[in-house]
Amino acid sequence: MSTPETDWPDALFSSLLEAGIGTVAYVPDAGHARVIALAHEAEGITAVPLTTEEEGIGYLAGAWLGGLKGVLLMQSSGVGNCINTLALAAQARFPLLMLVTMRGEWAELNPWQNPAGGAAEESLRLMGVRTWRAERADEVEPLVSGALAMTFAGDMSGAVLLGQRLIGRKLW
Amino acid sequence: MSPAAEALERRAVVRTLLAGREDLAVVTGLGSPSYDTVAAGDHDLNYYLWGAMGSAATVGLGLAIAQPRRPVLVITGDGEQLMGLGALATIAVQRPANLTIAVLDNERYAETGMQRSHTGAGVRIDQVAAACGFAWTAELRESAGVDQLRARLTAFTGPNLAVCKVEPTDLPRVLPPIDAVYLKHRLRLALGFPPR
Repeated sequence: MSTPETDWPDALFSSLLEAGIGTVAYVPDAGHARVIALAHEAEGITAVPLTTEEEGIGYLAGAWLGGLKGVLLMQSSGVGNCINTLALAAQARFPLLMLVTMRGEWAELNPWQNPAGGAAEESLRLMGVRTWRAERADEVEPLVSGALAMTFAGDMSGAVLLGQRLIGRKLW
Repeated sequence: MSPAAEALERRAVVRTLLAGREDLAVVTGLGSPSYDTVAAGDHDLNYYLWGAMGSAATVGLGLAIAQPRRPVLVITGDGEQLMGLGALATIAVQRPANLTIAVLDNERYAETGMQRSHTGAGVRIDQVAAACGFAWTAELRESAGVDQLRARLTAFTGPNLAVCKVEPTDLPRVLPPIDAVYLKHRLRLALGFPPR
């Protein structure tokens, strides 16, 4: 069953609920807007806006210590902000799943997005974060649900990159 | 404004805050605050950071939200908290009533050779927290204030942040366990989560 082009955020959010996610930390991004709105509306989800992405790594580590499962939402420009703080997840083997909306990789008209967008996946891998990529709407739910299963069962760090072709062109 | 004028002894501050602790969980920032905390007695409900500078307060926030009926105390330094000033805004938005941050402020980066920090030049972390919307903030220079902070840990009227001005002493290191996986499992077991 294919997922309509615009319904992937709802499918993504359903995956979070099915996995028992109780908190969603985020720095806003247009590509995550629907999921962020759903997180704020949902009973039993604590939505936590961050001033910078690396706060989410510490926050989710503390939440896990206290028995609460969460995920971290960001745009690709935020990956670089996380680099040193990823040591916390790596060293303690905290389960950490980041959902990263991509900029600077396709039809990007703001070239300031290109350096970080182009380096995001490689940077994550250099820090020991497993990555998966979704380029089509029907890939999102299986990749996110699989990544949730793997990161929490394996006490490991992972990131699902949501490609810019999936998100759509930003119009200026 | 010099801490030498009137300042607290850092290990006495931590001993006072942790005296008679029951269900209190503690997260410490890297360096001297971790040494001060373990010097007061290692505990299953302590989580010591050895890196990820700037993260002590956010780890405390996560623990406080996950365990809302348990008091949570973050013990960190001025340099560590300066790297996470934005986290104070994030915490203020969530308003966890059970979270207290104690910043042991020697106006120095002790771990790297006692270089002066921004707080020695007049930056007031307690006023940053107040402007963010913390429920209670203070700058403490006397032990009576530390006793009052101790009472607030379990009052569930936070979030609280106290800057404790401490003497710029370089005390012998008392090292906490360094294995972060061990510390994680130890704390989770103490909270009743079985091994996975």
